[in-house]
Amino acid sequence: MSTIPEELSYTTSHEWVSNEDDVYTIGLTDFAQDALGDLVFVNLPQVDDEVVAGEAFADVESVKAVSDVFSPVTGVVVEVNEDLLDAPESINEDPYGAWFVRVGEVTEVGELLDAEAYAAHCEQEA
Amino acid sequence: MERKTPLYDIHVEEGGKIVPFAGYLLPVQYGTGIIAEHEAVRTKVGLFDVSHMGEVQFGGPGALATINHLFTNDYTGMPLGKVRYGVMCNERGGCIDDLIVYKFGDEEYFVVVNASNREKDVAHMRANLLPDTQFEDLSDGIAELALQGPLAKDVLAKLCDVEQLPQRYYTAVRHVEVAGIDCMVSRTGYTGEFGYELYCAPADAAALWRALREAGEEFGLIPCGLGARDTLRLEASMPLYGHEMDEDTTPLEAGLQLGVRMEKPEFIGREAILAAGKPARVRVGLVAKGRGILREHMDVYAGDTLVGHTTSGTFAPHLKQAIAMARIDVSHAGVGTELAVEVRGRRVAAEVVPMPFYRHA
Repeated sequence: MSTIPEELSYTTSHEWVSNEDDVYTIGLTDFAQDALGDLVFVNLPQVDDEVVAGEAFADVESVKAVSDVFSPVTGVVVEVNEDLLDAPESINEDPYGAWFVRVGEVTEVGELLDAEAYAAHCEQEA
Repeated sequence: MERKTPLYDIHVEEGGKIVPFAGYLLPVQYGTGIIAEHEAVRTKVGLFDVSHMGEVQFGGPGALATINHLFTNDYTGMPLGKVRYGVMCNERGGCIDDLIVYKFGDEEYFVVVNASNREKDVAHMRANLLPDTQFEDLSDGIAELALQGPLAKDVLAKLCDVEQLPQRYYTAVRHVEVAGIDCMVSRTGYTGEFGYELYCAPADAAALWRALREAGEEFGLIPCGLGARDTLRLEASMPLYGHEMDEDTTPLEAGLQLGVRMEKPEFIGREAILAAGKPARVRVGLVAKGRGILREHMDVYAGDTLVGHTTSGTFAPHLKQAIAMARIDVSHAGVGTELAVEVRGRRVAAEVVPMPFYRHA
Protein backbone atom coordinates (compact mmCIF):
# COMPACT_ATOMS: atom_id res chain seq x y z
CA MET A 1 0.00 0.00 0.00
CA SER A 2 1.52 3.31 -1.01
CA THR A 3 1.75 6.37 1.23
CA ILE A 4 -0.67 9.25 0.50
CA PRO A 5 -0.21 12.26 2.83
CA GLU A 6 -3.51 13.92 3.85
CA GLU A 7 -2.28 17.51 3.42
CA LEU A 8 -1.37 17.26 -0.29
CA SER A 9 -3.48 17.36 -3.46
CA TYR A 10 -3.08 14.92 -6.35
CA THR A 11 -3.59 14.46 -10.08
CA THR A 12 -4.92 11.37 -11.81
CA SER A 13 -1.51 11.17 -13.56
CA HIS A 14 0.16 10.66 -10.14
CA GLU A 15 1.73 14.02 -9.36
CA TRP A 16 1.38 15.56 -5.91
CA VAL A 17 0.90 19.31 -5.35
CA SER A 18 1.12 21.60 -2.34
CA ASN A 19 0.13 25.25 -2.39
CA GLU A 20 1.85 27.72 -0.11
CA ASP A 21 1.11 31.43 -0.67
CA ASP A 22 0.13 30.70 -4.28
CA VAL A 23 3.42 28.97 -5.06
CA TYR A 24 2.75 25.37 -6.10
CA THR A 25 5.30 22.66 -5.33
CA ILE A 26 5.05 19.58 -7.57
CA GLY A 27 6.43 16.05 -7.28
CA LEU A 28 5.68 12.41 -8.09
CA THR A 29 3.65 10.24 -5.72
CA ASP A 30 4.76 7.11 -3.91
CA PHE A 31 2.40 5.09 -6.13
CA ALA A 32 4.11 6.53 -9.23
CA GLN A 33 7.68 5.86 -8.08
CA ASP A 34 6.76 2.31 -7.14
CA ALA A 35 5.15 1.67 -10.52
CA LEU A 36 8.10 3.21 -12.40
CA GLY A 37 10.79 1.28 -10.53
CA ASP A 38 14.38 2.39 -9.94
CA LEU A 39 14.76 5.89 -11.39
CA VAL A 40 18.09 6.70 -13.01
CA PHE A 41 17.55 9.97 -14.89
CA VAL A 42 15.53 13.18 -14.55
CA ASN A 43 15.03 15.92 -17.11
CA LEU A 44 13.85 19.20 -15.53
CA PRO A 45 12.70 22.58 -16.89
CA GLN A 46 14.53 25.80 -16.07
CA VAL A 47 13.54 28.77 -13.94
CA ASP A 48 11.28 31.14 -15.92
CA ASP A 49 10.01 28.34 -18.18
CA GLU A 50 6.24 28.34 -18.59
CA VAL A 51 4.32 25.22 -17.69
CA VAL A 52 0.78 24.36 -18.76
CA ALA A 53 -1.81 22.43 -16.77
CA GLY A 54 -2.10 18.90 -18.15
CA GLU A 55 1.10 19.12 -20.21
CA ALA A 56 4.46 17.46 -19.59
CA PHE A 57 7.09 19.68 -17.92
CA ALA A 58 9.69 17.05 -16.98
CA ASP A 59 10.49 13.43 -17.60
CA VAL A 60 11.90 10.63 -15.54
CA GLU A 61 13.58 7.47 -16.72
CA SER A 62 13.76 4.14 -14.99
CA VAL A 63 16.12 1.41 -16.08
CA LYS A 64 13.38 0.23 -18.43
CA ALA A 65 11.42 3.23 -19.66
CA VAL A 66 10.79 6.97 -19.99
CA SER A 67 7.75 8.64 -18.43
CA ASP A 68 6.50 12.20 -18.64
CA VAL A 69 5.67 14.25 -15.56
CA PHE A 70 2.63 16.47 -16.06
CA SER A 71 2.03 19.90 -14.59
CA PRO A 72 -1.14 20.27 -12.52
CA VAL A 73 -1.07 24.06 -13.02
CA THR A 74 -0.36 26.74 -15.62
CA GLY A 75 2.28 29.22 -14.52
CA VAL A 76 5.98 30.03 -14.43
CA VAL A 77 8.74 27.94 -12.85
CA VAL A 78 10.26 29.90 -9.96
CA GLU A 79 12.51 27.22 -8.49
CA VAL A 80 13.95 23.88 -9.68
CA ASN A 81 15.21 21.08 -7.43
CA GLU A 82 18.51 20.53 -9.20
CA ASP A 83 19.57 18.01 -6.55
CA LEU A 84 17.41 15.50 -8.42
CA LEU A 85 19.71 15.65 -11.45
CA ASP A 86 22.50 13.90 -9.55
CA ALA A 87 20.26 11.83 -7.31
CA PRO A 88 17.18 10.62 -9.19
CA GLU A 89 16.99 7.72 -6.72
CA SER A 90 15.83 10.21 -4.05
CA ILE A 91 12.43 10.15 -5.82
CA ASN A 92 12.21 6.42 -5.02
CA GLU A 93 13.48 6.88 -1.50
CA ASP A 94 11.46 9.95 -0.46
CA PRO A 95 8.85 10.80 -3.09
CA TYR A 96 7.19 13.53 -1.03
CA GLY A 97 10.50 15.16 -0.12
CA ALA A 98 11.93 14.97 -3.64
CA TRP A 99 10.00 17.87 -5.20
CA PHE A 100 10.63 18.72 -8.86
CA VAL A 101 9.69 22.40 -9.29
CA ARG A 102 7.90 25.31 -7.65
CA VAL A 103 5.52 27.25 -9.91
CA GLY A 104 4.30 30.83 -9.39
CA GLU A 105 2.15 33.33 -11.35
CA VAL A 106 -0.43 30.56 -11.60
CA THR A 107 -3.32 31.35 -13.93
CA GLU A 108 -4.98 27.95 -14.02
CA VAL A 109 -5.21 24.95 -11.74
CA GLY A 110 -6.23 21.64 -13.28
CA GLU A 111 -8.52 19.12 -11.63
CA LEU A 112 -7.03 17.98 -8.32
CA LEU A 113 -8.00 15.11 -6.03
CA ASP A 114 -7.82 15.07 -2.25
CA ALA A 115 -6.00 12.21 -0.52
CA GLU A 116 -9.10 10.07 -0.19
CA ALA A 117 -10.13 10.44 -3.83
CA TYR A 118 -6.55 9.79 -4.95
CA ALA A 119 -6.36 6.63 -2.85
CA ALA A 120 -9.54 5.39 -4.58
CA HIS A 121 -8.00 6.29 -7.97
CA CYS A 122 -4.83 4.29 -7.16
CA GLU A 123 -6.90 1.32 -6.07
CA GLN A 124 -8.59 1.31 -9.47
CA GLU A 125 -5.26 1.37 -11.30
CA ALA A 126 -3.52 -1.20 -9.12
CA MET B 1 -3.44 -16.25 -24.16
CA GLU B 2 -0.05 -16.26 -22.43
CA ARG B 3 1.28 -19.46 -20.97
CA LYS B 4 2.75 -19.97 -17.52
CA THR B 5 6.07 -21.58 -16.73
CA PRO B 6 6.10 -24.26 -13.98
CA LEU B 7 7.37 -21.53 -11.63
CA TYR B 8 4.54 -19.03 -12.14
CA ASP B 9 3.01 -19.50 -8.68
CA ILE B 10 6.43 -19.08 -7.08
CA HIS B 11 6.99 -15.79 -8.94
CA VAL B 12 3.71 -14.46 -7.61
CA GLU B 13 4.56 -15.67 -4.11
CA GLU B 14 8.01 -14.04 -4.37
CA GLY B 15 6.43 -10.67 -5.23
CA GLY B 16 7.31 -10.67 -8.93
CA LYS B 17 5.79 -8.02 -11.21
CA ILE B 18 4.35 -10.24 -13.90
CA VAL B 19 4.36 -9.19 -17.57
CA PRO B 20 3.68 -11.00 -20.85
CA PHE B 21 6.93 -11.87 -22.66
CA ALA B 22 7.44 -14.14 -25.68
CA GLY B 23 4.07 -15.78 -25.08
CA TYR B 24 4.70 -16.42 -21.36
CA LEU B 25 3.78 -14.66 -18.13
CA LEU B 26 7.10 -13.90 -16.47
CA PRO B 27 8.40 -11.55 -13.74
CA VAL B 28 10.05 -8.38 -15.06
CA GLN B 29 11.36 -7.74 -11.55
CA TYR B 30 10.77 -8.63 -7.91
CA GLY B 31 10.36 -6.30 -4.94
CA THR B 32 14.05 -5.46 -4.68
CA GLY B 33 14.08 -3.82 -8.13
CA ILE B 34 16.17 -4.17 -11.28
CA ILE B 35 19.27 -2.38 -9.96
CA ALA B 36 19.52 -4.57 -6.83
CA GLU B 37 18.93 -7.71 -8.93
CA HIS B 38 21.58 -6.63 -11.44
CA GLU B 39 24.09 -5.97 -8.65
CA ALA B 40 23.34 -9.29 -6.96
CA VAL B 41 24.47 -11.06 -10.15
CA ARG B 42 27.58 -8.89 -10.53
CA THR B 43 28.71 -9.21 -6.91
CA LYS B 44 26.95 -12.25 -5.37
CA VAL B 45 24.44 -14.50 -7.07
CA GLY B 46 20.99 -14.29 -8.68
CA LEU B 47 18.39 -16.86 -9.76
CA PHE B 48 16.32 -16.59 -12.96
CA ASP B 49 13.46 -18.62 -14.40
CA VAL B 50 14.23 -19.03 -18.10
CA SER B 51 11.86 -21.92 -18.71
CA HIS B 52 10.35 -20.03 -21.65
CA MET B 53 13.45 -20.80 -23.76
CA GLY B 54 12.91 -23.32 -26.56
CA GLU B 55 14.79 -26.62 -26.72
CA VAL B 56 15.01 -29.00 -29.67
CA GLN B 57 17.04 -32.11 -30.35
CA PHE B 58 18.65 -33.53 -33.49
CA GLY B 59 19.47 -37.23 -33.55
CA GLY B 60 20.52 -40.00 -35.91
CA PRO B 61 23.41 -40.48 -38.35
CA GLY B 62 22.44 -37.30 -40.28
CA ALA B 63 22.27 -35.02 -37.22
CA LEU B 64 25.71 -33.45 -37.57
CA ALA B 65 25.29 -32.81 -41.30
CA THR B 66 21.90 -31.26 -40.64
CA ILE B 67 23.07 -28.80 -38.00
CA ASN B 68 26.10 -27.87 -40.12
CA HIS B 69 23.64 -27.18 -42.95
CA LEU B 70 21.23 -25.18 -40.77
CA PHE B 71 23.64 -23.19 -38.57
CA THR B 72 26.54 -20.85 -39.36
CA ASN B 73 29.09 -22.31 -36.94
CA ASP B 74 31.02 -25.55 -37.51
CA TYR B 75 30.00 -28.38 -35.20
CA THR B 76 32.37 -30.96 -36.70
CA GLY B 77 34.75 -32.58 -34.23
CA MET B 78 33.11 -31.02 -31.19
CA PRO B 79 33.98 -32.89 -27.97
CA LEU B 80 31.14 -34.48 -25.97
CA GLY B 81 29.74 -32.06 -23.41
CA LYS B 82 30.87 -29.03 -25.41
CA VAL B 83 28.53 -26.09 -26.03
CA ARG B 84 28.85 -23.89 -29.13
CA TYR B 85 27.07 -20.69 -30.20
CA GLY B 86 25.65 -20.26 -33.71
CA VAL B 87 23.17 -18.46 -35.93
CA MET B 88 20.45 -19.88 -38.16
CA CYS B 89 20.16 -17.87 -41.38
CA ASN B 90 17.64 -17.65 -44.18
CA GLU B 91 18.67 -17.91 -47.86
CA ARG B 92 19.23 -14.13 -47.91
CA GLY B 93 21.79 -14.42 -45.11
CA GLY B 94 19.46 -12.77 -42.60
CA CYS B 95 19.25 -14.14 -39.05
CA ILE B 96 16.27 -16.36 -38.26
CA ASP B 97 17.57 -16.84 -34.71
CA ASP B 98 20.71 -17.27 -32.64
CA LEU B 99 21.16 -20.36 -30.52
CA ILE B 100 23.50 -22.64 -28.63
CA VAL B 101 24.23 -26.27 -29.47
CA TYR B 102 25.13 -28.92 -26.88
CA LYS B 103 26.76 -32.16 -28.02
CA PHE B 104 25.79 -35.14 -25.87
CA GLY B 105 26.60 -37.90 -28.34
CA ASP B 106 27.88 -38.35 -31.90
CA GLU B 107 24.23 -38.55 -32.90
CA GLU B 108 22.72 -36.35 -30.19
CA TYR B 109 22.70 -32.56 -30.43
CA PHE B 110 20.57 -30.46 -28.07
CA VAL B 111 19.81 -26.91 -29.21
CA VAL B 112 18.46 -23.96 -27.19
CA VAL B 113 16.63 -21.22 -29.10
CA ASN B 114 14.82 -17.99 -28.25
CA ALA B 115 11.28 -18.44 -26.94
CA SER B 116 9.89 -15.75 -29.21
CA ASN B 117 11.25 -17.55 -32.31
CA ARG B 118 10.47 -21.12 -31.35
CA GLU B 119 7.62 -21.73 -33.78
CA LYS B 120 9.33 -20.33 -36.86
CA ASP B 121 12.61 -22.01 -35.86
CA VAL B 122 10.98 -25.41 -35.55
CA ALA B 123 9.22 -24.96 -38.92
CA HIS B 124 12.47 -23.95 -40.62
CA MET B 125 14.41 -26.83 -39.02
CA ARG B 126 11.78 -29.42 -39.97
CA ALA B 127 11.71 -28.12 -43.54
CA ASN B 128 15.48 -28.41 -43.93
CA LEU B 129 16.36 -31.72 -42.29
CA LEU B 130 18.91 -33.79 -44.20
CA PRO B 131 18.38 -37.57 -44.55
CA ASP B 132 18.72 -39.89 -41.54
CA THR B 133 18.00 -37.13 -39.03
CA GLN B 134 15.46 -37.31 -36.22
CA PHE B 135 14.14 -34.05 -34.92
CA GLU B 136 12.09 -33.29 -31.83
CA ASP B 137 10.81 -30.11 -30.16
CA LEU B 138 11.36 -30.77 -26.44
CA SER B 139 10.42 -27.28 -25.19
CA ASP B 140 7.27 -28.19 -23.29
CA GLY B 141 9.03 -30.96 -21.40
CA ILE B 142 11.94 -28.91 -20.06
CA ALA B 143 12.24 -26.21 -17.41
CA GLU B 144 15.34 -24.04 -17.13
CA LEU B 145 16.80 -22.04 -14.26
CA ALA B 146 19.84 -19.75 -14.52
CA LEU B 147 22.06 -19.38 -11.47
CA GLN B 148 24.41 -16.51 -12.20
CA GLY B 149 27.04 -14.66 -10.22
CA PRO B 150 30.51 -15.11 -8.67
CA LEU B 151 29.05 -17.14 -5.77
CA ALA B 152 26.99 -19.52 -7.95
CA LYS B 153 29.37 -22.41 -7.34
CA ASP B 154 29.19 -21.92 -3.56
CA VAL B 155 25.42 -22.28 -3.74
CA LEU B 156 25.59 -25.46 -5.82
CA ALA B 157 28.29 -26.90 -3.55
CA LYS B 158 25.63 -27.20 -0.83
CA LEU B 159 23.31 -29.18 -3.11
CA CYS B 160 25.52 -31.42 -5.23
CA ASP B 161 28.95 -32.94 -5.68
CA VAL B 162 30.98 -30.05 -7.16
CA GLU B 163 33.27 -32.55 -8.87
CA GLN B 164 30.36 -33.40 -11.16
CA LEU B 165 29.78 -29.81 -12.27
CA PRO B 166 31.04 -28.62 -15.67
CA GLN B 167 34.42 -27.01 -15.03
CA ARG B 168 34.97 -24.92 -18.16
CA TYR B 169 32.96 -22.13 -19.76
CA TYR B 170 30.62 -23.45 -22.47
CA THR B 171 30.69 -27.05 -21.32
CA ALA B 172 27.85 -29.13 -19.90
CA VAL B 173 27.17 -32.31 -17.93
CA ARG B 174 24.13 -34.35 -18.93
CA HIS B 175 23.17 -35.64 -15.48
CA VAL B 176 23.99 -33.97 -12.19
CA GLU B 177 21.92 -34.62 -9.10
CA VAL B 178 21.16 -31.20 -7.57
CA ALA B 179 19.15 -31.35 -4.33
CA GLY B 180 18.19 -34.87 -5.38
CA ILE B 181 16.85 -33.65 -8.75
CA ASP B 182 18.24 -34.88 -12.08
CA CYS B 183 19.52 -31.80 -13.92
CA MET B 184 21.51 -31.04 -17.03
CA VAL B 185 23.97 -28.37 -15.93
CA SER B 186 25.97 -26.08 -18.21
CA ARG B 187 28.53 -23.34 -17.62
CA THR B 188 26.59 -20.86 -19.72
CA GLY B 189 24.48 -17.78 -19.21
CA TYR B 190 23.28 -14.48 -20.56
CA THR B 191 24.68 -12.10 -17.98
CA GLY B 192 28.41 -11.79 -18.73
CA GLU B 193 29.05 -13.23 -15.26
CA PHE B 194 30.26 -16.60 -13.97
CA GLY B 195 27.32 -18.98 -13.66
CA TYR B 196 25.34 -22.04 -14.57
CA GLU B 197 22.14 -22.95 -16.35
CA LEU B 198 20.17 -25.91 -14.99
CA TYR B 199 17.67 -27.85 -17.10
CA CYS B 200 15.19 -30.18 -15.42
CA ALA B 201 11.74 -31.75 -15.76
CA PRO B 202 8.92 -29.20 -15.31
CA ALA B 203 7.57 -31.20 -12.36
CA ASP B 204 10.90 -30.73 -10.52
CA ALA B 205 11.32 -27.01 -11.24
CA ALA B 206 9.57 -25.67 -8.14
CA ALA B 207 11.54 -27.96 -5.81
CA LEU B 208 14.80 -27.00 -7.53
CA TRP B 209 13.96 -23.28 -7.24
CA ARG B 210 13.19 -23.60 -3.51
CA ALA B 211 16.36 -25.62 -2.85
CA LEU B 212 18.53 -23.02 -4.65
CA ARG B 213 16.78 -20.14 -2.84
CA GLU B 214 17.38 -21.75 0.53
CA ALA B 215 20.98 -22.75 -0.20
CA GLY B 216 21.67 -19.29 -1.61
CA GLU B 217 20.34 -17.30 1.29
CA GLU B 218 23.67 -17.09 3.14
CA PHE B 219 25.35 -15.89 -0.08
CA GLY B 220 22.88 -13.07 -0.74
CA LEU B 221 21.03 -14.84 -3.56
CA ILE B 222 17.90 -13.04 -4.75
CA PRO B 223 15.45 -13.90 -7.54
CA CYS B 224 15.96 -11.82 -10.69
CA GLY B 225 13.52 -10.96 -13.47
CA LEU B 226 13.57 -10.16 -17.17
CA GLY B 227 14.53 -6.53 -16.51
CA ALA B 228 17.86 -7.45 -14.92
CA ARG B 229 18.40 -10.17 -17.53
CA ASP B 230 18.23 -7.47 -20.19
CA THR B 231 20.47 -4.92 -18.43
CA LEU B 232 23.02 -7.64 -17.62
CA ARG B 233 23.24 -8.95 -21.18
CA LEU B 234 23.44 -5.42 -22.54
CA GLU B 235 26.21 -4.41 -20.12
CA ALA B 236 28.06 -7.53 -21.30
CA SER B 237 27.23 -6.45 -24.92
CA MET B 238 25.57 -9.79 -25.67
CA PRO B 239 23.26 -9.59 -28.71
CA LEU B 240 19.49 -10.07 -28.41
CA TYR B 241 17.38 -11.35 -31.28
CA GLY B 242 15.04 -8.67 -32.64
CA HIS B 243 17.48 -5.97 -31.50
CA GLU B 244 21.04 -6.59 -32.67
CA MET B 245 19.89 -9.05 -35.35
CA ASP B 246 16.82 -9.90 -37.38
CA GLU B 247 15.90 -11.49 -40.70
CA ASP B 248 17.19 -8.48 -42.65
CA THR B 249 20.55 -8.35 -40.88
CA THR B 250 23.38 -10.75 -41.61
CA PRO B 251 25.35 -12.20 -38.70
CA LEU B 252 28.38 -10.24 -39.92
CA GLU B 253 26.46 -6.95 -39.75
CA ALA B 254 25.34 -7.98 -36.27
CA GLY B 255 28.95 -8.47 -35.20
CA LEU B 256 28.61 -12.23 -34.74
CA GLN B 257 31.72 -13.23 -36.75
CA LEU B 258 32.81 -15.59 -33.95
CA GLY B 259 29.78 -17.78 -34.62
CA VAL B 260 30.13 -17.84 -38.43
CA ARG B 261 32.49 -20.20 -40.27
CA MET B 262 32.61 -18.90 -43.83
CA GLU B 263 35.30 -21.50 -44.64
CA LYS B 264 32.65 -24.20 -44.16
CA PRO B 265 31.72 -25.48 -47.67
CA GLU B 266 28.02 -24.92 -47.21
CA PHE B 267 25.29 -23.63 -44.90
CA ILE B 268 21.95 -21.92 -45.58
CA GLY B 269 22.65 -18.24 -46.22
CA ARG B 270 26.36 -18.65 -46.95
CA GLU B 271 26.10 -17.68 -50.63
CA ALA B 272 24.18 -14.49 -49.81
CA ILE B 273 26.61 -13.50 -47.07
CA LEU B 274 29.56 -14.10 -49.44
CA ALA B 275 27.90 -12.12 -52.22
CA ALA B 276 27.25 -9.18 -49.87
CA GLY B 277 30.99 -8.87 -49.22
CA LYS B 278 32.42 -6.81 -46.39
CA PRO B 279 29.51 -5.40 -44.33
CA ALA B 280 28.77 -1.69 -44.86
CA ARG B 281 27.34 -1.39 -41.36
CA VAL B 282 28.58 -3.00 -38.18
CA ARG B 283 27.63 -3.34 -34.53
CA VAL B 284 29.34 -0.92 -32.15
CA GLY B 285 29.13 -0.02 -28.48
CA LEU B 286 28.25 3.55 -27.51
CA VAL B 287 28.62 5.37 -24.20
CA ALA B 288 26.71 8.63 -23.67
CA LYS B 289 28.97 11.58 -22.95
CA GLY B 290 26.11 14.06 -22.52
CA ARG B 291 23.08 13.83 -20.22
CA GLY B 292 20.46 11.37 -21.33
CA ILE B 293 19.63 7.68 -21.55
CA LEU B 294 20.13 5.99 -24.89
CA ARG B 295 17.35 3.58 -25.92
CA GLU B 296 16.72 1.31 -28.87
CA HIS B 297 15.61 2.71 -32.27
CA MET B 298 17.30 6.10 -31.86
CA ASP B 299 19.04 7.78 -34.81
CA VAL B 300 22.82 8.19 -34.61
CA TYR B 301 24.58 11.13 -36.29
CA ALA B 302 28.12 12.04 -37.23
CA GLY B 303 27.80 15.80 -37.49
CA ASP B 304 24.66 16.29 -39.61
CA THR B 305 24.91 12.90 -41.31
CA LEU B 306 22.68 10.04 -40.23
CA VAL B 307 25.07 7.09 -39.86
CA GLY B 308 22.93 4.45 -38.16
CA HIS B 309 20.63 3.67 -35.27
CA THR B 310 20.72 2.15 -31.83
CA THR B 311 19.54 -1.45 -31.43
CA SER B 312 19.49 -1.65 -27.60
CA GLY B 313 20.16 0.90 -24.89
CA THR B 314 19.80 1.38 -21.18
CA PHE B 315 21.30 2.84 -18.05
CA ALA B 316 23.90 0.22 -17.12
CA PRO B 317 23.40 -0.32 -13.40
CA HIS B 318 26.89 -1.63 -12.59
CA LEU B 319 28.86 0.75 -14.82
CA LYS B 320 26.46 3.59 -13.90
CA GLN B 321 26.54 4.94 -17.45
CA ALA B 322 24.08 5.25 -20.31
CA ILE B 323 25.18 2.65 -22.89
CA ALA B 324 23.83 1.39 -26.19
CA MET B 325 24.63 -0.95 -29.02
CA ALA B 326 24.14 0.49 -32.49
CA ARG B 327 24.42 -0.51 -36.14
CA ILE B 328 26.63 2.14 -37.77
CA ASP B 329 28.16 2.80 -41.19
CA VAL B 330 31.56 1.17 -41.04
CA SER B 331 33.32 4.47 -41.81
CA HIS B 332 32.10 5.91 -38.48
CA ALA B 333 32.49 2.78 -36.38
CA GLY B 334 36.06 3.12 -35.13
CA VAL B 335 36.65 3.12 -31.37
CA GLY B 336 36.89 6.73 -30.17
CA THR B 337 34.61 8.15 -32.90
CA GLU B 338 32.49 11.02 -31.55
CA LEU B 339 28.84 10.65 -32.53
CA ALA B 340 25.49 12.03 -31.35
CA VAL B 341 22.30 10.14 -30.56
CA GLU B 342 18.93 11.78 -31.05
CA VAL B 343 17.18 11.26 -27.71
CA ARG B 344 13.58 12.45 -28.09
CA GLY B 345 14.40 15.56 -30.07
CA ARG B 346 17.67 16.31 -28.32
CA ARG B 347 21.18 15.38 -29.50
CA VAL B 348 23.23 13.62 -26.82
CA ALA B 349 26.96 13.24 -27.41
CA ALA B 350 28.19 9.64 -27.49
CA GLU B 351 31.47 7.88 -28.17
CA VAL B 352 32.21 4.53 -29.81
CA VAL B 353 33.85 2.31 -27.17
CA PRO B 354 35.24 -1.24 -27.23
CA MET B 355 32.84 -4.08 -26.39
CA PRO B 356 32.09 -5.68 -24.04
CA PHE B 357 31.24 -2.67 -21.90
CA TYR B 358 31.72 -4.92 -18.87
CA ARG B 359 33.90 -8.00 -18.48
CA HIS B 360 33.90 -10.03 -15.28
CA ALA B 361 37.10 -10.51 -13.28
